[in-house]
Amino acid sequence: MSEAMENILHVENVTMQFGGVVAINNLSMDVNKGEIVALIGPNGAGKTTAFNCITGVYQPTNGAVYFKGKPIAMNHPTGKMKRAYAGQNADKYPQKPIAMTPDAITGLGIARTFQNIRLFKSQTAFENVLIATHLRRTSNLFTATFGLNRKEEKAMREKAMKLLEIVGLADCAGEKATSLPYGKQRRLEIARALATDPELLLLDEPAAGMNPQETEDLAKFIVDIKNEFGLTVFMIEHHMNLVMDISDRIYVIDFGKQIAEGKPEEIQDNPAVIAAYLGVDEE
Amino acid sequence: MKKMSKLQTAICFAVVVLLFVGGWLVEKYAGTSSMAVTVLQKGAVYALLAVSMNLLNGFTGLFSLGQAGFMLVGAYTYAVLTIPMAKRAAIYQYYGGGALQFTMSFLPALLLAGVVAAAFAAIIGFPALRLKSDYLAIATLGFAEIIRAAVQWDVLGPVTNGSNLLKTYPTLKSILKGTFMQGNTVVFVFFMVAVCIGIILLVINSTYGRAFKAIRDDEIAAEAMGINLFKHKQMAFIISSFFAGIGGALLAMYQGSLQANAFKSSMTYEIMLMVVIGGMGSVSGSVIASFLFIACQEWWLRFLDETQFIGDFQIPLLGSGFRMVVFSAIIMVVVLFFRKGLMGDNELWNLKLPKKNGKKVKA
Repeated sequence: MSEAMENILHVENVTMQFGGVVAINNLSMDVNKGEIVALIGPNGAGKTTAFNCITGVYQPTNGAVYFKGKPIAMNHPTGKMKRAYAGQNADKYPQKPIAMTPDAITGLGIARTFQNIRLFKSQTAFENVLIATHLRRTSNLFTATFGLNRKEEKAMREKAMKLLEIVGLADCAGEKATSLPYGKQRRLEIARALATDPELLLLDEPAAGMNPQETEDLAKFIVDIKNEFGLTVFMIEHHMNLVMDISDRIYVIDFGKQIAEGKPEEIQDNPAVIAAYLGVDEE
Repeated sequence: MKKMSKLQTAICFAVVVLLFVGGWLVEKYAGTSSMAVTVLQKGAVYALLAVSMNLLNGFTGLFSLGQAGFMLVGAYTYAVLTIPMAKRAAIYQYYGGGALQFTMSFLPALLLAGVVAAAFAAIIGFPALRLKSDYLAIATLGFAEIIRAAVQWDVLGPVTNGSNLLKTYPTLKSILKGTFMQGNTVVFVFFMVAVCIGIILLVINSTYGRAFKAIRDDEIAAEAMGINLFKHKQMAFIISSFFAGIGGALLAMYQGSLQANAFKSSMTYEIMLMVVIGGMGSVSGSVIASFLFIACQEWWLRFLDETQFIGDFQIPLLGSGFRMVVFSAIIMVVVLFFRKGLMGDNELWNLKLPKKNGKKVKA
């Protein structure tokens, strides 16, 4: 919030329209360095779609996304969308569209986890993390094949093992990722995301399916890794306890539109938020 | 893959040495033209072809059916470049002695066979690898058929000899003639194939191989972890085709004569079958399956093609072609009861022997 903070992620007037459905409508958000920001909203509000726009899975129909001041996505309605477009600010981004691919965006320093866990199924926990270290390789196909990158290979393995220790999975390193219990799979996804050396970590419902005790542990865990790796965390979450406990700021969206933004205390008492979650009294 | 212990490495090494010695002994005592030697030669070549296909279909998860096309490119590159000058006039008799007026020794030609096949893959990969699953299979299958037709095209005749036979290029026997290896064709083929499969194994176990497997398991997650999908798919496609080209050249060496018409899509299916029987994602599985496959096809089931008697009773149905009926039935049984192939995605050297005192899960 304060001016002194350094902006890391800037989402500007992003609209995502699928055919006639406006999934996100003119959404603007800011995340500053070192913050934990939460994105909440009822089911189908467009939270994951917003994440997909940031990470390059979708190209927004209109609007721009900046990471550390550099545009990673920018678009204006073109082609068929020109007529069908139902959002605002259609003529604000007339430049040539920018659409970085997910891998390039990860390369810049945004890592993410998935709402429906997406681990590499046939691989062990250790290999899952090891694969993510591939991004920062310096070897090429030739040197990697003929073992000329021993040092790097060793460093990769050590890094993967260290990350597993940090998330508390060192003892299941050799187990198949899919055979781990649910909570551990979530942690493994976070470890894998950390292996790409991110600055901004996007967590998509990290506490989904966890019991209150596990959720509490997770809250502590998120704060710990944030401090240890100097991360900025942007997360989607439904567990209000978790959100209220650890986030510095909260964005609330409903039907793709931002309905509130502020500190946890402010959000708790916001009538628009209560209405979105609990419905409005007709009388 | 986990790092192998010293003991495991030693055992693997010993097994490979044993295979070589075994091949050598078989050839020495059974003779070069025996059925056993034929099976070992052809089986080894197919092992390389199956492993190279497995790299793409099993490890990277790209369903490609262009194998026969790349083999054809490799085989023709090898044959066209190595036909001796003296024989060119006779072989290219319909095309005025051919366009190429030089010849190479077999080793650079073998390498070039791989390189040319890889170059084709690079060109085809550009449009084709943007397609997913079945569509990629259709596109690559189409490519293989186009290549087969193009090679037989009259205009290219001065180079490819059209639909006529290519022969008198160096074969397994003629390469070794006069060297210390004379008559040891099996050891020679084993060596060539072992080097190629060894390199493929190194690729699979490198960080790039891990990226390939990640793409197979989950493209979206792989991309989110910073793996450039197109680049890595292209890489796997080119490596696989390189070795398919070399495999094709080795096949040409084994056959002794070459005709484009033999490289039909059924050849791709045969190799695909080996990959599936051996297990998608298992190099040792592919190798075992190709030897079994070739042995069944060429040798063990031969007796079914002849009239057989048990005492005075003539077994009905046996006759020319019945071998293939039984063969198909065996394959169906394998596919039905070994869903993941013989090896699944394990490797021979990773298999754990059931321990005597180990915990066994009771049903």
